[in-house]
Amino acid sequence: MNIVDPKACPITANHIKVALVGQPNVGKSMLINSVSNAHLHVGNFSGVTVDKTEVLFDYEEYSFTVVDLPGTYAFTDYTIEERVTHDYLCAEDYDIIINVVDSTNLEKNLQLTSELLTMSKKVVIALNMSDEADKEKILINAEYMSELIGVPCVRVSAVTKEGIGALIEAVIKKHENVRNKPKLFFSEPVEEEIAQIVWYLDKHRFDSANTHRNIAINLLKNNKKTYAKLHDEPIWTELQPILIEASKHIELHHDSDDIKEAFAEEYAAFNRGIVAEVVKQEIKQSKRTTTEKIDSVLIHPIFGIPIFLFFMWSLFQLTFEVGAIPMEYIDAFFIWFGDTLGATIANDDIRSLIVDGIIAGVGAVVLFVPNIIILFIGIALLESTGYMSRVAFLLDGFFHKFGLHGQSFIPLVTGFGCSIPAYMSARILKNDRDRLLTLFIIGFMSCGARLPVYVLFAGAFFSPEMAGNILFIIYISGALLGLAAAKILKLTAFKGLDEPFVMEMPKYRLPSVKLVWHTVLTKTMMYLKKAGTYIAAASMLIWFLSNYPHNLILEESYSAKISMTAKAEVKRDLQYELDEALLEQSYLGRIGKFSEPIFAPLGFDWKMSVALQTGLAAKEVVVSTLGVLYSLGGEVNHESTSLMGAISKNISFASAVAFIVVIMIYLPCLAASVVFTREAGHIKYFFYLLLFTSIVAYVMAFIAYNLTLLLL
Amino acid sequence: MKTLLDCHKACIVKVIKLNTKGDLKQRLISFGIMKETVLEVLEHAPGKSTIEIKVGKMRIALRAQEAQLIEVQKI
Repeated sequence: MNIVDPKACPITANHIKVALVGQPNVGKSMLINSVSNAHLHVGNFSGVTVDKTEVLFDYEEYSFTVVDLPGTYAFTDYTIEERVTHDYLCAEDYDIIINVVDSTNLEKNLQLTSELLTMSKKVVIALNMSDEADKEKILINAEYMSELIGVPCVRVSAVTKEGIGALIEAVIKKHENVRNKPKLFFSEPVEEEIAQIVWYLDKHRFDSANTHRNIAINLLKNNKKTYAKLHDEPIWTELQPILIEASKHIELHHDSDDIKEAFAEEYAAFNRGIVAEVVKQEIKQSKRTTTEKIDSVLIHPIFGIPIFLFFMWSLFQLTFEVGAIPMEYIDAFFIWFGDTLGATIANDDIRSLIVDGIIAGVGAVVLFVPNIIILFIGIALLESTGYMSRVAFLLDGFFHKFGLHGQSFIPLVTGFGCSIPAYMSARILKNDRDRLLTLFIIGFMSCGARLPVYVLFAGAFFSPEMAGNILFIIYISGALLGLAAAKILKLTAFKGLDEPFVMEMPKYRLPSVKLVWHTVLTKTMMYLKKAGTYIAAASMLIWFLSNYPHNLILEESYSAKISMTAKAEVKRDLQYELDEALLEQSYLGRIGKFSEPIFAPLGFDWKMSVALQTGLAAKEVVVSTLGVLYSLGGEVNHESTSLMGAISKNISFASAVAFIVVIMIYLPCLAASVVFTREAGHIKYFFYLLLFTSIVAYVMAFIAYNLTLLLL
Repeated sequence: MKTLLDCHKACIVKVIKLNTKGDLKQRLISFGIMKETVLEVLEHAPGKSTIEIKVGKMRIALRAQEAQLIEVQKI
């Protein structure tokens, strides 16, 4: 049954288009992954999937297109992701709905199911997480449930892949079956009103794709789309008074002035009935669950935040300490590789391009792969255990003081990995103002690509024991700076009322090794791929710009001087002087010299200025630029072989601090800027971001530089 | 009138009324918080700014301002 080639899926007669719908965090993406061997990103908090994704696969003679829709609690347009799902279900063309529900929490999940049943679409219910339900001794009688609500219900587990085949079979069977009559019943008074409207529609032989019963329900629920459709019909004038009367009765019956609330109560009653019939739980869960026990420690009013800070600190310690172990080997490998390969190339220019350009540039970036892997593992654990939502809970009060929403925490933490998914996950924020505010400060959360720069500088100026702490300080101060920036923006640009904060806290789950491994592997491969392509190309360009134009006069005058002296030491010094002079008059040198005055107040030499500018393309390029510039300048070969050594020798501590501050704050990479602009919705926001980050970066770096000079 | 915010940890209450309208009311309802629902207060965040409650088997975090809008009765 497994997929053949994800691309080979022709639209044939046996093509079934499936919409995958469910509440957040019930394992929809994971289910697709186990059905089709796709690799969609999954996590343990609501809002991992923020946009619809299509996956294609073949099963026997059928070809499937499965559309993974963002999770939604009910048919509302509360957040952007919910709107994506709602719009898709109402307006797009698809054959069948697979409604994924969490078997361990059926009653809550059925809320969405009961709304789906009024849509006149074929529905199959996947009772997911059946393995967890078994563990919790929750028994669901799937056959009886299918019979009760009139749609097939299949026990599946995305984790153990149990029941996946049966689910696909059920989908095919349902698809072939013409009859489709889900059974959804309301209380007596509501049924009476529905019957009356149905009777009226029947009498007038009202023509519609939807059943008259569903139309009646939708009218009573104040469904705008149904209203719009019927509004232009001639029967409307007679129907309207019946509807008004019916709504009044229902509202009276529910003692509420809100018909939607009345229907929600109707659905809830129906669901309670179903659950009472089909679910048997052997042991009464009067004791506290494991999740609650863990929570009593992790979100403790006093210890919760220190525990969180300790986790973060440990992560950065590990990132540096463990990440440093393979670094010297990687470094040594690239030096050896460069030397060996260089020896086989006769042409000076080509050798320099390959050894000093590509290998030095790419090597400088690959060097940090161990650190990146550890950071990614940390973030993957945070995402998959369910701890993420706890931190949002702990920090909401604190965040709120800075004008941020507790749920902003999720995109902000994602931002420590990479800004691009972070910008996208900001969609979980309902309010446009909140979302824009969050988008603006995501950049303050240093992404994985900036880690190499920090590791480089922390390693250059601090002992290995201290470097991990320095990393932690850099990340935390970046985050605090982001909060301060949020406050300023909230008071000026994004004034407005606060949005409510209502969020589900998922159950804790042990992260599966396979899942974490897979997430980390994908991200690491992306980093390496970037190093091999984008960074290699950038390194070549930087090499070119730093080697040309050749200045023959300068070279000749120096070679004459060199040949005149006999002392080896003087000869060597002259050679360095020549290299330095050549570099300064190169294209890159000219750019650097030109922009040097702008950065001079921050204590940057022209090489650092250039590195910052190339860093606009991608932050890893900062490291590779420094790598190329310092290896060409000759400093690397002087005493120390590593770039770290070159940096600690050539850059003053105060300049380094200012440099880190700029890296922390200024514009994220090109790709992230594109995503930012798309998510913010207008190009003008990009210019605001550019202006905002540049000014803040410059001012903060200026303060940091002068403060450090003053203190030391 | 007692609201959810007045409840102590481990308190079990029943919802009497949602004193809110529009989106927030819909949101609460979609989380299963409506009339007659039984809630349990699990935890308060530092400074009582946010509270964690249990609805059925689901745990939900609410801000103090939202909790104040939920009228409850001790059972």
